[in-house]
Amino acid sequence: MFFTETIYALTGVALFGLGLRGSLLRRSLLGRILAINICGAGVFLMLVTVAYRGPEQLPDALPHARVLTGIVVAVSATALALALGRRFRETESE
Amino acid sequence: MYLWNLLDFSLAGLALGLGWVATSSRDLKRSVVFFIAFGLLLSLIWARLRAPDLALAEAAIGAGLSGALLLSALRDEPDAATVGDIKRGQIASLVTLLSLLLTATLAWVLVQTLGVADPIRLADQIEAQLRNSGVSNPVTAVLLNFRAYDTLLELAVLLTAVLGILALGPARAPYHAGGPLLSGLIRWLVPLLILIAGYLLWVGAHAPGGAFQAGAMMAAAAVMLRLGGQAGAGLPKPAMQRVALTAGIAAFVAVGVARSAAGYAFLQYPNGWSGILILLIETATTLAIATTLALAYIGGHSGGGEPVDSAVTEPPAGKRN
Amino acid sequence: MIDLVAYGVIFLGIAFFAAGSIGILRLPDLHSRLHALTKADNLGLGLLCAGLALLDGDTLNAIKLLLVWLLVLVASAAAAHLIAQQALRQAEK
Repeated sequence: MFFTETIYALTGVALFGLGLRGSLLRRSLLGRILAINICGAGVFLMLVTVAYRGPEQLPDALPHARVLTGIVVAVSATALALALGRRFRETESE
Repeated sequence: MYLWNLLDFSLAGLALGLGWVATSSRDLKRSVVFFIAFGLLLSLIWARLRAPDLALAEAAIGAGLSGALLLSALRDEPDAATVGDIKRGQIASLVTLLSLLLTATLAWVLVQTLGVADPIRLADQIEAQLRNSGVSNPVTAVLLNFRAYDTLLELAVLLTAVLGILALGPARAPYHAGGPLLSGLIRWLVPLLILIAGYLLWVGAHAPGGAFQAGAMMAAAAVMLRLGGQAGAGLPKPAMQRVALTAGIAAFVAVGVARSAAGYAFLQYPNGWSGILILLIETATTLAIATTLALAYIGGHSGGGEPVDSAVTEPPAGKRN
Repeated sequence: MIDLVAYGVIFLGIAFFAAGSIGILRLPDLHSRLHALTKADNLGLGLLCAGLALLDGDTLNAIKLLLVWLLVLVASAAAAHLIAQQALRQAEK
């Protein structure tokens, strides 16, 4: 049973590292935003893995609630970043 | 038992593979498409980890809405096929090495944390107080009752983001009206989506669901309307939009201030009224989230502008139609 | 007994999904891949939903699963049509 949590925790950490590397090294703004979203997905996976308590017990609902709001906030932050990037590109080309 | 391990191994491996392509592929369009697939796979992982609320929200918002947002942002990229390249060189190798180090440290810390023998969790308190909370879905109870203050502040963050988006200028050009198939599909799906949103809102009290998923469904309806040619995406006029955007925060603050004035703590629901108050606040929150996500997708005040050719991404080579 | 039938139906559905996925990977061009994607995958989903409804036994959940299948049918048919139309338009340019 501990295998489940370990493998998802390691996946979450690896996704965070991948996203971190991508957000620093990609050339285009859209690529960096994508990488930051992958970072966020890794963090959510880490939180939900901590909340998982095995097939018998119900999982811990507190991290679930935080990740739920986190998903919505992440998508609106992505939208804001994309709007900023679009405006920036428009101002550059003026 | 080993089948479960095989399933976990496959899901984790796929997630890593899709994440790798999404962060390191040269072709930006491929990265975006793989990111959408990654979102759907993540939804499966949430279902595996017994988080059905999250699975619903991830499929609707993380894969669907995020994907639509990124695809429409892809149209602005001058040359999506080559600009996604990763910088090479010594500093890049150093960054990769440092990320690897940080990842290893985090992994060690996390595995240590998970291995703690008898952790103290707030889950025990949640289970003890669940029947006093007014709902029987623990996630809804946490969001709307035990940690209602956090949800209020999250709604404020959403409002800030959408204020920023609205302040940055007009939206992109709208699309041409869809053909008969798309219009027919929209005519059937949009009312159904609104109905499903109402159902998710109601059922969130005792089953997976709730305000966030319902708001995402209505935002999906708005996205469909916009893709079918309606520039305003079915949203009301700007004055009503402002009311809808602040409805969630207003509901929370009204309840909180009323309780404070009566001498109790901010947002301490009266006994026996929790259920109905949670439903009312959730309805207002659904409206707020739906309007926020719809405006986030539109990208600003939808003004005029020439309709662009079609809702399919292709790098604009030269002038647009 | 019903469980065995349900497992058999689910397995058949997974086989159709596998066939559809192999079709997407191996078929030559966009239009034939759309065939594999919509026809095989939707039939697989229908069998999967039928098997799950048999396993569950609750009528209301069976109706919900049927609705899911119908929605996916409609959405994927419309999406396939739109993709094929756009591909045709791009090929004409």
